[in-house]
Amino acid sequence: MTAAEYAAQYGLKRVGARPSLVSYLKQAWARRDFAFELARSRLHASNQRNRLGMLWVVIKPTMNALMYGAIFGLLQTSKPHDFPVYVVIGVCLFEFFTGSVNSGAKSITGNAALVQSLSFPRITLPIASVIQQFLTLVPMLGVMFIYCMILGTTPKLSWLMIIPLLIIFTMFNTGMALVCARLTVHVRDFTQILPLITRILFYTSGVLFGVDRILNAFPVLVRMFDFHPLYQALQIARGSIMNGVEYPSFYWIVLSVWAVVALVGGTIYFWAAEERYGRVD
Amino acid sequence: MVELTNFDDLINPRLHGRFEPEPVYDVPADSPSSNQSMEFDETRTPVVIVDNLHVKYQVYSSGKSVGAAGAKRLLQSSTRGIREVHAVKGVSFVAYENESIGVIGSNGSGKSTLMRTITGLTTPAEGSVYASSRPNMLGVGAALIPDLSGDKNIMLGGLALGYDRQEINEMREDITKFAELEEFIDLPMRTYSSGMSARLKFAIAASKQHDILIVDEALAVGDARFRKRSEAKIREIRENAGTIFLVSHSMNSILDTCNRVIWIEKGVLMMDGDSKTVVDAYKAKKK
Repeated sequence: MTAAEYAAQYGLKRVGARPSLVSYLKQAWARRDFAFELARSRLHASNQRNRLGMLWVVIKPTMNALMYGAIFGLLQTSKPHDFPVYVVIGVCLFEFFTGSVNSGAKSITGNAALVQSLSFPRITLPIASVIQQFLTLVPMLGVMFIYCMILGTTPKLSWLMIIPLLIIFTMFNTGMALVCARLTVHVRDFTQILPLITRILFYTSGVLFGVDRILNAFPVLVRMFDFHPLYQALQIARGSIMNGVEYPSFYWIVLSVWAVVALVGGTIYFWAAEERYGRVD
Repeated sequence: MVELTNFDDLINPRLHGRFEPEPVYDVPADSPSSNQSMEFDETRTPVVIVDNLHVKYQVYSSGKSVGAAGAKRLLQSSTRGIREVHAVKGVSFVAYENESIGVIGSNGSGKSTLMRTITGLTTPAEGSVYASSRPNMLGVGAALIPDLSGDKNIMLGGLALGYDRQEINEMREDITKFAELEEFIDLPMRTYSSGMSARLKFAIAASKQHDILIVDEALAVGDARFRKRSEAKIREIRENAGTIFLVSHSMNSILDTCNRVIWIEKGVLMMDGDSKTVVDAYKAKKK
């Protein structure tokens, strides 16, 4: 009798075999409290020893927005309408994307000890890092609305559109974080190049520029921005928050498609390598 | 005989197969791993079956030499040799219900790798492990965050082990008491002494009932008194749980706790049997 037959006779299963996608997601759902607690604890711990504590969650993006606003406000001749608000919204939301992708990329390799000592669906880790970024974003959004009001934007009902936008945007970011997490496991060098990629995206997603103004000589490029998920997310936010800014409503559809594709694709891509994550080599 | 001009070739054995150093450790011809057929005890229920298990690591060996040769190496591409470490070489055994199995062997003999493979955290290159439920390692330290209080870490560690919040709230007191940290549980873990945090980690990890448990030298935590208590706790877990693997260098705790011992040397199963016999043979060999 071989070992496999013997195992089958007593109903023993092979250890470490990757579960089916459905049961994998079920297991991950069972660990949702862990993901949330991990995110909250990390966020808390990361700021605990600073004197200003959690205030840094708000101060850092504020200073970023101030710096970019000042530099690009001076450099640009044809600024978008209501430029300070434009920049504040752009920087704040883009930070959520950068943070998710960066911390997602490190979520497996940076937690090697955890991955090698406890068994749980690994997808919990990149998701926890996106949750952590989301928890950072929420107080920042509150402050963002205050800045917008100080800068002369009138509060209105369409501000609530930020909620569905955040849901879709979080789905997109989660998908991207999952892809980056697996890529980093295969090629560690990816974390070296990732800041460059996010920096390039920062300058090509209309965070600081009005795309139609800068590129009005190249209508083809402007058309391409109609399918740029980050640009669309920023434009929808601006259209909902700012005074007198419009955005085409089909942006919602395109962004949702992006988000679903990123999340489903990212999940499957991440799950496919589940057996690989604990390996030491 | 080819003349050797470039010693770097020696570092990468793949370039010159014939220069590959002899395997440092010979596989004993009579080792149980060399015969494929396994013996099964039909009267008992198997819990873990390890079938001809091989584990290999591919590591970049950065055996750079110093001086001019080192500089030369920098200029050459693809001299960075990939070395394969064959950590476990064809280990097979069956663990039955209610056994406590000690795993012994010198440093680097592949004990921990074998245990990690049994839990499914490391993928085998060949062979497979079958188990009735997923074997767990006793250990939770990696999930804890030093900047958080002991109390919050109990929550985090418990969730990492797969409990839900309510269960942890019920166990919180027991864990604190067992770790003897009642006065300090609200302080950040980084302020704990190493013994205190080891106690907390052990208490969290030991709160879970496991069907198949692997303890990797965890008995050596804390002072003599806590050691006694943790050994007692392990025994309790062992009685309630099915099967336990204990990896240790302390022959005394192996003899105290285990009724069967597996001796691994250089990735090969040297001996498998009754505790006393194997430990005696191991001691004799070490002299």
